[in-house]
Parts: sequence; C-alpha cells; structure tokens
Amino acid sequence: MTVSRFRTIIYIVAAIVSLAGLADATYLSVQALTGETLGCGGSPDCFRVLGSPYARIGGIPVALFGLVAYFSAFSFATFAAFGYARARIFLIPTIGAMFLGTLWLLYVQAFLLHAYCRFCLFSAATTFLLAGLVIALPAGRDRSIS
Amino acid sequence: MKRYLPFVIVALVALATIGSGAMLYRARRPHVLSIPENKTVSAKGDAGAPHIRGNPDAPVTLEEYGDFQCPPCGMFATFLGQLENEYDSRLRVVFRNFPLTMHEHAREAALAAEAAGLQGRFWEMHDVLYREQETWSKAPNVRELFESYAGTIGLDVDKFKKDMDGEQVKARVEADRQRGQSLGIQITPTLFINNQPLDPKDKNPEGIRAEINAALEKKSQT
Repeated sequence: MTVSRFRTIIYIVAAIVSLAGLADATYLSVQALTGETLGCGGSPDCFRVLGSPYARIGGIPVALFGLVAYFSAFSFATFAAFGYARARIFLIPTIGAMFLGTLWLLYVQAFLLHAYCRFCLFSAATTFLLAGLVIALPAGRDRSIS
Repeated sequence: MKRYLPFVIVALVALATIGSGAMLYRARRPHVLSIPENKTVSAKGDAGAPHIRGNPDAPVTLEEYGDFQCPPCGMFATFLGQLENEYDSRLRVVFRNFPLTMHEHAREAALAAEAAGLQGRFWEMHDVLYREQETWSKAPNVRELFESYAGTIGLDVDKFKKDMDGEQVKARVEADRQRGQSLGIQITPTLFINNQPLDPKDKNPEGIRAEINAALEKKSQT
C-alpha cells in the first residue's frame, strides 16, 4: 500500500469517526436546547453533568461547540481524503483543540462533578480516536488539488 | 466531478444534521399546556386544595410540579426560598407532586410530604426532604428516615406512619400526577407563572426573576 493510499484511508476513517461524534453532539445539543438536561425525566446519566454550570459557555451549550467541531473535523477529513492538501492543515489543529477540550471536560466530570455522562464519554472516546488517527498519519506532503 | 464530490458530501451531511436535529428537537421539546381557567388555584383553600405558601392573594403565583428525589428540584427549592424573601407578599408558591418512576423513593417521599400535610406541616416536610435529599435518596430504608424527619418537625409520628399508608395521601399524590400529565408535563421541576408554563430556556435564576417581574408588570397594568 502506498503512503498516499494509507493516508487517504485514514482520512476516510477520520470522517466516519467524526460522523459518529457529530450524531452524539447533535443529540446532546438537542437535549440542552429542549431543557431536558435542566431537570429530571430525560437521561438520568446526563443531567448531573449537562445540567451543571460547566455545560455552558456564555449561555451556549458546550454540546453545540462540539457539534460545530465534529462537523468541521468531518468536513476537513472529507476534503483531505479527496486530495485537498489544505484541509489537512485545518484538520490537525481542529482535532488538537477538540482533544484539549475533551481533557478539560473529563477533568470536570472526574474531579469537579464526580459524575459521568455516557454520551460525553462516547464523545471523548471519539475525539481520542480522531487524535490517534491524526497521529498515525504518515509525515510528508499530500497529493493535492489546488 | 470528483473535484466537487466532497462539497456534495459535506453539504448532504450538513443538511442531514440540521434536519435530524430539528426533528429530534420537535419530538423531544416538552409541550406543556397553560393551566386552564377552571383548574387555577383559588386564593382560599378548599377540599383537596393545593399546598400554598405565601400571601394567598399575591399577584403572582408560581406553581411547581416537583419530585422530591430530583436533584434539580432540590436546587430549585433552595432558590425558591430566596425568591420568597425577595418578592415577599407579591408571590405565592404552589407545590404539586410529580414523582418520577425513575426515582426509587420519590413516590414515598411525596406520600411522606402529604402525610405531614394532613397534620398541617406539608411545607416543613417539603423543606426537610429537599434539604436532606442526598441522605435519604441513597438510604436502603427511607421510611425510618422519613419518620425521624416527622419527629423532628413535631409531627405525631404514629399518625404520620398510619397516614403514609392511607388512601387519602395516595389519592392526593395520584391526583397531582394526573393533573401534571394532563398538562403534558414530563420532567421536573416544571414551573408555571400565573398559569403559563415557563420556557425551559428560562429555567434559571435570571429567567425566573424576569418572568415573575413581567407577570407583576402585567398585573399592575390590569
């Protein structure tokens, strides 16, 4: 298998993984927007985490930021898979930022809230997988479409 | 064609995300109805009247459907105390039971509150249950704890025990739950201000204060 082909496969896998994260973030965003996470009756695993003050930044649900991040990662990975070299330049910092954000959210769940939301853990796993895929990318220039 | 394919894929995913998000939002958004005129709380008590705290003739009524084992209801109970101090005679608070099946001891707690209510100490038990929520929520035998709370707030404990098993309190809790269901309530706490459901996005201190102020403003104009 050529390096270029291997790289393309990684981008495709990253796009598929991003889609899973996107679905998860969409669900969490809807939960936050319907107010389900502010009371009991919805997902019991989620309300302690998603109903906490850490779940919003400036009044905007963190899940919405996640949705945008996963959609960006999906878009960049898709373009990169089709040979758009510039997409890789954006993909790596996007996943890097998502990784750092995920570390913070895991810290909040483990040490500040002492509660875990399984949808958040799924999102964390997705981001870690994306980070792993980016790390696995062979060095060198992509074939490019300008 | 291949050059444009990623644009098509990304656009399709964007559309699918927006579409599925919108559908999910519509499906999950609580459709809580306003409290109809014939079901509003009267200023004076009547048989089976709801539990009211504050000035019975206050211009603003905050009606809560709550579950004693629900942590956000517990947080709201603390905030409710602040609101009552802040608005004083301008606000009356109504509590209705809406124990959720997902909470193991919620129904029993509601029965305990209603049993205390039969001795005129509903709100005292309401406050103790929320204050001690973390303790009894995890306890294997909540009955013993509820009985100790009954003693603490000065109830006749033997009567309290008997009432907790009685049909009267069960019927009352059930009536509240059915009333809540008829209004489309699914989650707790669900709040109504002057019979209008509070939008979930306003379920925070600022939002609640803003709605109470708006209701006061409206009343002063009529």
